[in-house]
Amino acid sequence: MLVDAAAETLTAGSIIYFSTKSGNTHRFVQKLGLTAQRLPLGRDEPMLQATTPYILITPTYGGGEAKGAVPAQVIRFLNDEHNRRLIRGVIAAGNTNFGDAYGLAGRVISEKCRVPLLYRFELFGTDDDVAKVRKGVEEFWKRQI
Amino acid sequence: MTTTQRLSRVNAINWNRLQDDKDLEVWNRLTSNFWLPEKVPLSNDIQSWNTLTQQEKQLTIRVFTGLTLLDTIQSSVGAPVLMEDARTPHEEAVYTNIAFMESVHARSYSSIFSTLCATRDVDDAFRWSEENPTLQAKSELILERYRSDDPLMRKVASVFLESFLFYSGFYLPMYWSSHAKLTNTADLIRLIIRDEAVHGYYIGYKFQQALAEATPERQQEVKDYAYELLLELYDNEVRYTESLYDEVGLSEDVKKFLHYNANKALMNLGYEPLFPSSVTDVDPTIMAALSPSANENHDFFSGSGSSYVIGKAIATEDDDWAF
Ligand SMILES: Cc1cc2nc3c(=O)[nH]c(=O)nc-3n(C[C@H](O)[C@H](O)[C@H](O)COP(=O)(O)O)c2cc1C
Ligand SMILES: [Fe+2]
Ligand SMILES: [Fe+2]
Repeated sequence: MLVDAAAETLTAGSIIYFSTKSGNTHRFVQKLGLTAQRLPLGRDEPMLQATTPYILITPTYGGGEAKGAVPAQVIRFLNDEHNRRLIRGVIAAGNTNFGDAYGLAGRVISEKCRVPLLYRFELFGTDDDVAKVRKGVEEFWKRQI
Repeated sequence: MTTTQRLSRVNAINWNRLQDDKDLEVWNRLTSNFWLPEKVPLSNDIQSWNTLTQQEKQLTIRVFTGLTLLDTIQSSVGAPVLMEDARTPHEEAVYTNIAFMESVHARSYSSIFSTLCATRDVDDAFRWSEENPTLQAKSELILERYRSDDPLMRKVASVFLESFLFYSGFYLPMYWSSHAKLTNTADLIRLIIRDEAVHGYYIGYKFQQALAEATPERQQEVKDYAYELLLELYDNEVRYTESLYDEVGLSEDVKKFLHYNANKALMNLGYEPLFPSSVTDVDPTIMAALSPSANENHDFFSGSGSSYVIGKAIATEDDDWAF
């Protein structure tokens, strides 16, 4: 599949996200109402290939630890150098009950991929979170172009 | 009436054949998070405990006694009824873990008591718990659902206990911790808070799975019951909170913490949060005691310019990373 990279780059608001069967992150992204692609859940499914710069949204799953904080499927996606080159920012989901590990996946990815941690929210986010992220993402892409 | 298919017979459990891989994921998480109160050096809090006034001591013991009651209910009634409703043998096994962990939680409060408190004060608090009308009312509101034959409402009640009712109590050790008091006790409570997050998440997840199979009418009915129960519990929590915290002037902030956690309890059930952000703005020092990084400015979007710092090096430990 050939993609006109230059043209695609300008489609603002590209989002790639991961969500497990509990679907909280999926629900948050649906509420955002922005164009988004979901990473495959199954380890055997073909991995998604990013074609445009994107913001990654992922839940945290370390149960309070750094190990396992970033879901294996997200690691697999980022291990692909091409995908990694196109990431521009990360948004992490989590739960403050995990203390210092709240939204830790976002901090790990931010540090490993050298991109800003843009925002954190809990579970599927409140209306406030949705509004802030929608506005923030829009402005973020404007600044990037 | 229900769409839940309970397990009708006992088969040897095969963890290599899963109907729902969340069961294994949560099992692994819960078992690797296992802990015992002996892990926490509670005796380091003795000095700090002695700086509290008699009134503050009494409040703390009462709060922990109230929490003990909830953990006891969850261990001896809540988790066992959920076990009856389990749809996979693995789900049943997860509840056995939850049941045991609730016993560990309940046991931990007694460790705090025996380390820090005078026996007579503790006995007084247990007597108080048996007679306190709002504590008894919340226990009764939950037990009523557990005794009913409605698997969906049992899960609703269970999530409200796990993700909402504990928080009028959890507030206090976070408050002490934010004042550099009883910090080891707070460490122990944080272990409990972490466990309760997984419990509320998992029971809520199983609830949503079962609910998805119900008719639209039944779904609406359960939703109405759920919000109704939450509001009933909430009214009672407000009274409970005032009866405990008015004398130390903390009731209003505890209520914000209740709103904040009620929203999360609803979300665990897949329902929209109820309380607007204007009443969930818990004191930042309490949020920081709960999650030290909670107030760090990761809100890049609000654009205060200097707010963006790439996180400091974190040992990721995952072998899967290839860069
Ligand atoms: C087993 C388990 C471990 C978790 N560990 C963390 C954690 O370390 N830090 C955090 O902030 N949230 C943690 N969470 C909370 C999840 O990130 C949160 O529930 C999220 O909404 C799940 O997203 P999903 O439903 O899209 O998979 C954990 C949840 C579970 C079930
Ligand atoms: Fe508990
Ligand atoms: Fe629990």
